[in-house]
Amino acid sequence: MSTNTGMKAIFDCVDLNLWYGDHHALKNINFPINEKEVTAIIGPSGCGKSTFIKTLNLMINYVPNVKMAGQINFDGQNILRERLDLVELRKKVGMVFQKGNPFPQSIFDNIAYGPRIHGMKKKDELNKIVESSLKDVALWEEVKDRLTAPALGLSGGQQQRLCIARALATKPDVLLMDEPTSALDPISTLKIEELILELKQKYTIVIVTHNMQQASRVSDKTAFFLMGELIELDKTAKIFSNPADDRTEGYISGRFG
Amino acid sequence: MNIRSNFDSNLNQLKDMLMDMARLTESSIQDSIQVLINQDLEQAKGIIDRDNAIDELENDINDKAISLIAMEAPVARDLRKIIVALKISSEVERIADNAVNIAKSTLHIGNEKLIKEIVDIPKMMDMALKMLSDSLQSFLQEDVALARKCAEDDDKVDEMYGMLVKELMGYLQQNPNNTNQITQLAFVCRYIERVADHSTNIAEHVIYLVTGKRYDLNA
Repeated sequence: MSTNTGMKAIFDCVDLNLWYGDHHALKNINFPINEKEVTAIIGPSGCGKSTFIKTLNLMINYVPNVKMAGQINFDGQNILRERLDLVELRKKVGMVFQKGNPFPQSIFDNIAYGPRIHGMKKKDELNKIVESSLKDVALWEEVKDRLTAPALGLSGGQQQRLCIARALATKPDVLLMDEPTSALDPISTLKIEELILELKQKYTIVIVTHNMQQASRVSDKTAFFLMGELIELDKTAKIFSNPADDRTEGYISGRFG
Repeated sequence: MNIRSNFDSNLNQLKDMLMDMARLTESSIQDSIQVLINQDLEQAKGIIDRDNAIDELENDINDKAISLIAMEAPVARDLRKIIVALKISSEVERIADNAVNIAKSTLHIGNEKLIKEIVDIPKMMDMALKMLSDSLQSFLQEDVALARKCAEDDDKVDEMYGMLVKELMGYLQQNPNNTNQITQLAFVCRYIERVADHSTNIAEHVIYLVTGKRYDLNA
């Protein structure tokens, strides 16, 4: 399953296995993720896609009884083996969840939260990073006059873009998105999709989505998971026009099961 | 449970519309040759008029395909099926145009006595129409082997076309007063050869539908 076309894989999962207690949730996943590409992960509920994305920044460690084997190489380092500074890893690998989850603080403080944790104290530096992060998610014009207002006062779509900005504020290499638009209206969804296409100039993006048209619109590669296995990984255009595996075909054309 | 039964029944309707169009086209071609043999000028005009109905069917197929794409957002093989149905409808439409061309040639020949009995042209037409029906069958059955057979048959039609044209050109010198008729008969051979070519194109579309790969059967 070679999908590398001269691009550098920022993540390379090799024979990755994961168990929740006795349940074998990820089975021999071999999955290179290319730098500055958008990789979409699709599959039915319970297929392991959210589990997989949570392994990439080791958020999975918070789930009790999880056991993993194999390798997740990130920037040439196996994050499963090596003693790792988790704060440092999550600075480089940011994450956005289904629903915007701003802290109950001001817009400014939400964005400044990460940089402050990483030791940034100077006001003018923080100002700069807040502005550039909000500009990156096309929220700056909408909120620049009320940066001290509570973030929870923003609309759902704005909250989600704020959370993306918050993830970008630590200058990550990778942005993980777990169904980032499933709670949003169609216009806010399209705004996030446009944003994803903008962001891939600078970041590597991995997105889990139930919305197959979203996967086909925003991603360069698509991976189809089923019952803990990576069934097919290929260029998105190939997956949606002529997938190699009948199970992929069945799932994307809605004839599954 | 088929959770896409509504979409599937719409796909089947699209196929049925295409087959209706193909049946009309097939009988137009057959009739056009009969009209040529009988020099039936009245019927020849009828064939020309009939082409409108076939064009309308093609429009209906286009409309149906576009609405299915817009409303159902098909992917993978579903998408290829609709695209291929669209492409096949345009091949069939061009096949039907050849019935019109043959009818027009009949009108150009008019009531002039035929220099010889027309024997080989209907044979060639049978071969071309068999290719058309095979290619359509290969679409319905998604049968790649049958689609490939069309390419072999096309070679036979081309061979026969070459032979007939050569024969007709031979008559030119002996029948200088029948130049128009002989030229028109050579055109008719050309039109039938085009029917075979479009049938081969249909077969290529079928191979794309099934395999997802483009294939040039004429190469």
